Amino acid sequence: MKIIVLVKQVPDTETNIKVGDKSINEAGIKWIISPYDEFAIEEGLRLREKHGGEVIAISLGPDRVQESLRQAYAMGADRAVQIKVDNYVPFDTVLAAELIANFAKSENADIIIGGRQSIDSDSSQVVVQVAEALGIPHVAFAVSLEISGTNVKSTKEVEGGTQVVETSLPVAITAQKGLNEPRYPNLKGLMAAKKKPIESKSPADLGNPASKIEIVGLEPPPPRIPGRKLEAADAKGYAEQLVKALREEAKVI
Amino acid sequence: MSNVLIVGELKDGELKKISREITSAGRKIADALGGKVTAVLVGSGVDKFAGDLAAVGADSIVTVNAGDFNAETWASLIAAVIKEKNPSVVLLPHTSQGKDYSPRVAVKVGAGIIADVVGLSVDGGKVVAKKPIYSGKAYGNFKVTSPIAMFTVRPNSQEVVQKAGAGAVETASPAAGDAKVKIVSSDLSGGNKVQLTEASIIVSGGRGIKGPENWPILQGLADVLGAALGASRAAVDAGWIAHSHQVGQTGKTVSPNCYIACGISGAIQHLAGMGSSKYIVAINKDGDAPIFKVATYGVVGDLFEVVPALTDEFKKVLG
Ligand SMILES: Cc1cc2nc3c(=O)[nH]c(=O)nc-3n(C[C@H](O)[C@H](O)[C@H](O)COP(=O)(O)OP(=O)(O)OC[C@H]3O[C@@H](n4cnc5c(N)ncnc54)[C@H](O)[C@@H]3O)c2cc1C
Repeated sequence: MKIIVLVKQVPDTETNIKVGDKSINEAGIKWIISPYDEFAIEEGLRLREKHGGEVIAISLGPDRVQESLRQAYAMGADRAVQIKVDNYVPFDTVLAAELIANFAKSENADIIIGGRQSIDSDSSQVVVQVAEALGIPHVAFAVSLEISGTNVKSTKEVEGGTQVVETSLPVAITAQKGLNEPRYPNLKGLMAAKKKPIESKSPADLGNPASKIEIVGLEPPPPRIPGRKLEAADAKGYAEQLVKALREEAKVI
Repeated sequence: MSNVLIVGELKDGELKKISREITSAGRKIADALGGKVTAVLVGSGVDKFAGDLAAVGADSIVTVNAGDFNAETWASLIAAVIKEKNPSVVLLPHTSQGKDYSPRVAVKVGAGIIADVVGLSVDGGKVVAKKPIYSGKAYGNFKVTSPIAMFTVRPNSQEVVQKAGAGAVETASPAAGDAKVKIVSSDLSGGNKVQLTEASIIVSGGRGIKGPENWPILQGLADVLGAALGASRAAVDAGWIAHSHQVGQTGKTVSPNCYIACGISGAIQHLAGMGSSKYIVAINKDGDAPIFKVATYGVVGDLFEVVPALTDEFKKVLG
């Protein structure tokens, strides 16, 4: 079974973000694997442990993404591929999906797994776009996955609950929290990962897709409505004040 | 011609608010571009909502008959209508269904797409879409350069404006093709009565609620307000409530008009999911809790006293 897992490198949630004109200021940023992609890597490893085959971790971006690929190696990936995009734009989902789909095609992948969304752009687009580009089925927001032969059975989160769905390989999956508990890379794995080769592909190797979006600019978040702490003698007093504030001042209830 | 096409959504046989929100937003864009607004509704018995969408600006409503939601077939149906109508702008809901089918539609019609948009404006004949990025720590403005520009729009981010469109109704019957994914069974019992990501009011609880037996205290307030019930990861990880209620970086991103955080400290990963709420109420015993930095109204107090008092007070005024 050939399993491709998507590894997007994103700024750590706790990192301060300073906006530049069309991108963020990368100085001082701590980079991590987008948390949902960790579920994707873990699921890929579990499938390989059960069914054999190989797990290929791929990441798009400049050379700093190799650090995330090494972490995927340390968790247990068999191969790591960097699609080297120096001026990588994390919001250009169609471009990313075309590169990934073309790579998946060249590898004849059975399964492509990515996170339900990346925490820098929250788009929830890439994996399902890859499925469409490859003409294969997808299961979004998977919380369980079972494969036997070419049969795929998955539970997915839907509005108001869950659904059990069935399809067949090849398939694309987006990982929702609950799918598994990602393992931690151990020290030995981390040491070994340092020496493993990282394959490099250029956009030209993968069809050179064109961007379909333009960044007009980034800006800091809009200022919040100024807040205040309420003062009251007891719970009833707080309740009266809150109801008044929400109905008469904020007019939201 | 710069026409706008919107895709509406239903829930339990009712038109969702997001459908009106994006029709209104589409009307504004069409007016700025000098075009018309087509609304597409997929499902069974959807004709009856044509008037609702015409009232908020739809010039025509295309109804497509289909059974239960299936991302693959709906994407084919919607893409077929888009290809026929050839709009320059398409707005879709950034809902759990929208996230499931919109990526396929984008690829099928060769469109660039910006997802989870909260602001739409027009500049030089092109739509500029604004969206929160990096967990709301920055905002980005984007244009789509392909002939069809697609945007998924975050619920509660657009105002509903009454403005009559022509409202002609048309039925389309494109071929859906066979779905490669078969739905075996559905369990829709575990969720919120009110959908979390689309709720205009959310009552949310954290570790401060102490245990699962205390949810009825928050649910009581939620019921009076018609609100959805949210939770912090600490409450979910403790096993007090299903993950589908979790708000935050590894939970849902929500943008209600009012978020009432009870016994939630306001960790950065929680703020990542609810920081763009318009008004935030924090009820917390600890006056130094980080949640007070984002709260519009802060109550330093015991939630077990304040929440019931609040429920009573709302019952009084809301009747
Ligand atoms: C990778 C990663 C992802 C994460 N994703 C998420 C996420 O999606 N969502 C999320 O929420 N967190 C997430 N977290 C966890 C986050 O860091 C916090 O641990 C979590 O949000 C804390 O939840 P809490 O506020 O309920 O609990 P605590 O931080 O323990 O806060 C409880 C609060 O309740 C107050 N309190 C106690 N008793 C009362 C009372 N009687 N009345 C009033 N107030 C009271 C206390 O003063 C305290 O402020 C994530 C963490 C990591 C590392």
